Amino acid sequence: MNNLFNIFLQPFSYDFMLRGLVASVIVGVVCAVVGVYVVLRGMAFFGDALAHAVLPGVALGYLLSGGSRDTLFWWALGAAVLVALAVGRISKHAEIREDTAIGILFASMFALGIALISTVRSYSVDLSHFLFGNVLGVSTRDLVLTSVFGGVVLLTIFLFYKEFLVLSFDPVLAATLRLPSGLLNNILLILMALTVSVAMQTVGVALMVAMLVTPAATASLLTRRLWQGMLVSAAIGAFSAVTGLYLSYYFNIVSGSAIVLTATAIFLLVFLFQPRRGVVWKKR
Amino acid sequence: MYPRTHHQPDQPILDVLHLSVSYEGREALEDITFHLHAGERVAVVGPNGAGKSTLFKVVAGVLPPTSGEVKISGYGPRGHICIAYVPQRSQVDWRFPASVADVVMMGRIGQVGFFRWPRRADWDTVHTALEAVGMEPLANRQIGELSGGQQQRTFLARALAQEAELVLMDEPLNGLDTPSQEAILSLLDKLRQQKITVMVATHDLGQAASHFDRVMLLNHKLVRFGSPQDVLTSENLLRAYGGHAQLIRGADGTTTLADTCCDGEEEHE
Repeated sequence: MNNLFNIFLQPFSYDFMLRGLVASVIVGVVCAVVGVYVVLRGMAFFGDALAHAVLPGVALGYLLSGGSRDTLFWWALGAAVLVALAVGRISKHAEIREDTAIGILFASMFALGIALISTVRSYSVDLSHFLFGNVLGVSTRDLVLTSVFGGVVLLTIFLFYKEFLVLSFDPVLAATLRLPSGLLNNILLILMALTVSVAMQTVGVALMVAMLVTPAATASLLTRRLWQGMLVSAAIGAFSAVTGLYLSYYFNIVSGSAIVLTATAIFLLVFLFQPRRGVVWKKR
Repeated sequence: MYPRTHHQPDQPILDVLHLSVSYEGREALEDITFHLHAGERVAVVGPNGAGKSTLFKVVAGVLPPTSGEVKISGYGPRGHICIAYVPQRSQVDWRFPASVADVVMMGRIGQVGFFRWPRRADWDTVHTALEAVGMEPLANRQIGELSGGQQQRTFLARALAQEAELVLMDEPLNGLDTPSQEAILSLLDKLRQQKITVMVATHDLGQAASHFDRVMLLNHKLVRFGSPQDVLTSENLLRAYGGHAQLIRGADGTTTLADTCCDGEEEHE
């Protein structure tokens, strides 16, 4: 019995593990809740692009601060908001299709970010942290930023719940009710940008889209109402974060990967075995 | 906050003046002028791509007119939330995680207002609306589990919950079986009792003739607008539909039109 306890408690006798745990749970929950909108509105590709497009901002901050990590969150945030709003505009006026525009922007921003970082000698460790996250490097300051901005995202979603619901389900109704659709859309984009910045430290840009999409997609298989979907998605996100961190500790796997793979495993289980609707049920 | 404008009571509920809309240089609607009085029921007919949906969207204030104006009870469309738009069923994401009651409540969020949650009275209104369309027993169903007629009635309940005075329905009877069509048509009678004005885009000229006060024949221009007998003549129909129409004159002198089409807005000439 004591042994079992030890397995669960031992990792968190280290402060950095505990900070990492709290940060990943917050990130897991925030990504999962925002992800419900991402899945409903078919914005998975946009989310992926946004995460990648943050890299040049981070790289710039990294170069200007001489390799210090303290200001990187703000650089990421600035870049994410800028890109989110820019893509929001492009998709409205473009001559080319939205996904094409996003594809061009996303790859080129990512390339620019890598180019900038690679100008620094011995860049590879830092680059891999940006790409795949560095849960163990979460400082107390990072934790405060994560909580505050994660809280802002969740609170905003709570406050605009019914407006976002209408906007996602029926934009024409939003217009006939004279909702400020443009403003609300931009708020939603900014929430995604905040989420991406908050999650960068823990999961990194490369795997971010999985945190946005996988728990929400799993929840959509299990629920019939939007708020239920958000709660279930948040629970899956938090559970994946904790489980992933244990896996990472005991099997020496990169934490971001471990978290994402846990979320994927849950998705597969639900997809195959969910009561009445699962693939396995239908086969019978 | 949600803006609201007061009505001028003696104005027509809907006044459309020299309305034109063009998309990318192509004229979707050309110089449309008409007005509707409260409680009227109007069928809008015309071939595919005639601009019916466009007309509805401009009236609803979703789409800006290129020129001309739309006045609701004497005011421009900005600020009015008394218009309800019931979309074509094919335009709705039926897998969306919302129950029937949720969808109807969406119509009320204008009255609820920002940063507030629906109150008891709002839920009462929602359930009264569901009661009125006979959907109360299915209030907790997910919308994807409904039949076509039930889906259509849910959206009518939403218009009621919205306290709409002008309801625009885009092809509500398309693809419904006869009993469901009858149910929707008899609901329109209920709306009339409440002085709610209804505009319905439809392909069914027989229904347009038998269930509506006035018929609007549209093909980019307003071909004719008046009583069904005056509008649905073979001459007018040929003008509106051109070669697409097959006119069948019945023994009793009625004219039926077999339209070659059914959904979609594409088929521009």
